[in-house]
Amino acid sequence: MSESRHLRESVRNGLWRQNPGLAQILGLCPILAVSTNMVNAVSLGLATVMAMALSNLVISRLRHRIAYEIRIPVFILIIAALVTVLDLAFNAYFHSLYLLLGIFIPLITTNCIVLARAEAYAAKNGVLESTVDGIAMGMGLVWVLALLGAIRELIANGTVLSGIEMVFPGLKSINVLGDAYPGFLLACLPPGAFFVLACLIAGFNAINARRAAHASQKPQPSVQVSVSAPPAA
Amino acid sequence: MTSPDPALPESSFPSSSRPFGLARLRHALSRALVSAFSLFAFTLPFTSLMAFTYEVTRDRIRAAVEQQQMLLIGEVLPNLHYDNALLADMIEAEINNEGRVGKVWRARNGGVPVALVFETFAPDGYGGRIDLIVSLDNEGRVGGARVASHRETPGLGDYIDPTKDRKKEKPWISQFVGVDATMSAAHWEVKKDGGNFDYPAGATVSARAVTRAVGRAATWVNANRGALFNATMGSRFDAEKRNNP
Repeated sequence: MSESRHLRESVRNGLWRQNPGLAQILGLCPILAVSTNMVNAVSLGLATVMAMALSNLVISRLRHRIAYEIRIPVFILIIAALVTVLDLAFNAYFHSLYLLLGIFIPLITTNCIVLARAEAYAAKNGVLESTVDGIAMGMGLVWVLALLGAIRELIANGTVLSGIEMVFPGLKSINVLGDAYPGFLLACLPPGAFFVLACLIAGFNAINARRAAHASQKPQPSVQVSVSAPPAA
Repeated sequence: MTSPDPALPESSFPSSSRPFGLARLRHALSRALVSAFSLFAFTLPFTSLMAFTYEVTRDRIRAAVEQQQMLLIGEVLPNLHYDNALLADMIEAEINNEGRVGKVWRARNGGVPVALVFETFAPDGYGGRIDLIVSLDNEGRVGGARVASHRETPGLGDYIDPTKDRKKEKPWISQFVGVDATMSAAHWEVKKDGGNFDYPAGATVSARAVTRAVGRAATWVNANRGALFNATMGSRFDAEKRNNP
């Protein structure tokens, strides 16, 4: 496989096929806690992208120096150090965002998707591929978090992008459903996160199933890897 | 340091076939030592990286924290002019006598007392403690109150934070502005409990907790106002000593 095809494959895996939020279902801790609105969700998502890109970069660079038996503690050490650096940087340069995300920035350390990509990808691949993988997986999480946050916010309060003024002063949130909307509290409580996430995963699976059915009807010009198992002949 | 080798012949101890012996023990120990030193070698550069970042960001973080504090203080001190360095003119006091020490900042204009800004808290919010910042002018009226941190239910009890309050024109917490701190405790209640303060239906617990906490703190600070202004900068204020000389 050529270099650029390899990278494109990584991007496709992260954004759709092995999406951390919808297919791997990894990193549920921030998904549940922070996706009460879109701005929080995307902010934490982007912080996670930075952490994953950096940790994959450093770990793939050092992969030949890390002894196999102690790789997990070393990965955690590297991830924790990089997340601490990010935490301090957020505190210093994006203070209002830092107050908003609070404890969830340091908690990126314990997000299993970061360690999962370190172990499954960065420990076995080159620096460029690993960095691209980290960014792609992170962006996969970001769009799921954005959608989840927007849906929960809309159902709970009837608004979208509330709190945007903390990131971009001057911008205002959009009141989609009007002041008369009574609000539906459940959507922004933890159970709401499960309900909305379940709907998103169902939609994701439905799209994949339809695509697979579509692909199997047409005559196959080349060998294609199908998501679902082929029916028994 | 070894390279990653999935087979790992040395570490896959075929324990039943080899007898226990000094050679095996020595082998295991040396491997453990190599691992320990390898892990230690990794901690050095990464700890240095964290220490370096801490050093680089320290001043900016301190400035950002102070700016945030001034922003909150500014919100509870509207229309009052003062000319001293407010954050420096600070004492500590155990407001409410509930075992937690809060800060009291003293605003002065040309040395004349203008207002006190103080930290207090409500222990009994729906989601636990609610931290508050309240100001009291030198005539004994509340200048304003703000929630510094809370864990009230999003969308239900979080209206106590004016940025989350759906009533943007007249947020719930704004009704403390101008309230006379000398009124009796029975008035520092929500209307449901016979007091003076409005509350949103269905989320009384948060309103009740904040109203009582602001009342208790404002009453206490008002009673000790002169002494609080005269206390030495940076000292810990002890109410009992001053009330019973």
